[in-house]
Amino acid sequence: MTYAMKSVESGEAEARRAPVLAPALAAIARGAKATLMWLAAKALPPLVTVGLILLVWQILCAKPGATLPPPSQIWKDSYDLIAQPFFNFGTQDIGLGWRVLVSLETVGIGFGLATVAGILLGALVGQSEWAMRGLDPVFQVLRTVPPLAWLPIALAAFRDSRPSAIFVIFITSIWPILINTAVGIRNIPQDYRNVAAVLRLNPIEFFAKIMLPSAAPYIFTGLRIGIGLAWLAIVAAEMLTGGVGIGFFIWDAWNSSRLSDIIVALAYIGLVGFALDRLVSGIGALVARGAQAN
Amino acid sequence: MSPTKRPYLKLDRIGKTFERRGVRSEVLRDIDLAIDKGEFVSIIGHSGCGKSTMLNLVAGLTQATTGGVLLEDREVNAPGPERAVVFQNHSLLPWLSVYDNVRLAVDKVFAGAKSRAERHAWTLHNLELVQMTHAKDKRPSEISGGMKQRVGIARALAMEPKVLLLDEPFGALDALTRAHLQDSLMEIHRTLGNTVIMITHDVDEAVLLSDRIVMMTNGPAATIGEVLDVKLPRPRRRLELVSDATYVAAREAVLKFLYERHAYVEAA
Repeated sequence: MTYAMKSVESGEAEARRAPVLAPALAAIARGAKATLMWLAAKALPPLVTVGLILLVWQILCAKPGATLPPPSQIWKDSYDLIAQPFFNFGTQDIGLGWRVLVSLETVGIGFGLATVAGILLGALVGQSEWAMRGLDPVFQVLRTVPPLAWLPIALAAFRDSRPSAIFVIFITSIWPILINTAVGIRNIPQDYRNVAAVLRLNPIEFFAKIMLPSAAPYIFTGLRIGIGLAWLAIVAAEMLTGGVGIGFFIWDAWNSSRLSDIIVALAYIGLVGFALDRLVSGIGALVARGAQAN
Repeated sequence: MSPTKRPYLKLDRIGKTFERRGVRSEVLRDIDLAIDKGEFVSIIGHSGCGKSTMLNLVAGLTQATTGGVLLEDREVNAPGPERAVVFQNHSLLPWLSVYDNVRLAVDKVFAGAKSRAERHAWTLHNLELVQMTHAKDKRPSEISGGMKQRVGIARALAMEPKVLLLDEPFGALDALTRAHLQDSLMEIHRTLGNTVIMITHDVDEAVLLSDRIVMMTNGPAATIGEVLDVKLPRPRRRLELVSDATYVAAREAVLKFLYERHAYVEAA
């Protein structure tokens, strides 16, 4: 109201614009308020939970004789690691961001290979009755072998730590991808197969145009489980193989009794794992948008 | 060989027996049927009489146990776009848009014969035939059941099939939408002169659309019980036909066949 009255004095153009501007501003304000409300509803509960956990931790570990450092101690000891993820003072004195990237690169290669091999083998197993009968028992046995049990074999075969770590990632993450792809392909509706038959799609066209999109939701379920397992395995593998990854950092910190650094590294690992999971499921939701039957 | 006209499509003494775990069940026996080019033939019968099996045999999706299907004197034993099928539940690929569903068929069938621009134009032309151009960028989940079936028809027509096979195409639609689509189909058949085989369980639909109605006996070992010629001039208009003597007689003949002589025995 005051706004409109003022504009009468300051000119007609202003007067004409004011009634248009006012509701627009109000709408923006409403929108901003809604966004804030949404943010509060989404972000507040986890923040409160984290705060409470830190508080309890602080109380428990601040007592004399506690074996683990309280959060305040970690903040003091490892401030540089928390505040600067990307410093670089030489080969083994680098920020945790760099270490995470090194680990991510290994995971990326291993997981990428597992994705390609898993989808192709899964397509074969899902499509062919004989391939399934022959390969399924082998897969079912191999997939129960723990990731690190593969490491000695890999080291013996590759005689180098990096390809061995990649192999461990590969062999860990391929099973869920393969098995889920096979299930997805076995579940392709007969209707789609009939369409492909009438159109005389060749096997490659069938794979690209019917199989992949139709099985996409299943494939992405497999990829999501796979990336989680890969991230679990890389830390363990790096502890044993060395290098500059985040896993080796933890081992190194343990050997030099830097408990605070280990806890910071754990937080990094957890956050990156969470981000990877969200990334894969986000891509999955985007790709599989149209694939559900209707 | 007699010099008389050879049939365009011939179902020659077809028998079909399914075998599962040593149990044999005979579905079709001695199916003999000749269809001329441009003819609209309906196949009607109770559930489980093997209508769909018969259509799948012509489509090449199933193989006959005895006898065979001949199209222009050549045996048919694999599926192909010259016998395009409109499936009962539309079978559109849900991850493709309406346009892309039709385009997939066009690209595959006319890969060498038409340029890119021609294939685009041909896709749009077929969508226009079924009045679906307005929804060409929508996905199947965003359009109604009747629209999906229209797109299914457009996809089949776009293959320029020698024989168009319709498997209860309007079975899942409400009565009004069904009538609308039947009119569209009659119009398309009149313009393009396709040879059509349609499976249906709707007596009115069969009489309205067909030149001939093939009536199936009940299974197991179903066969053709009777073939009725529908001698109604085209174009046919459903309102005028309601009281037409020929229409009423044809309708009565089919109903009598289905409910008097070959009444459906409930397999409880």
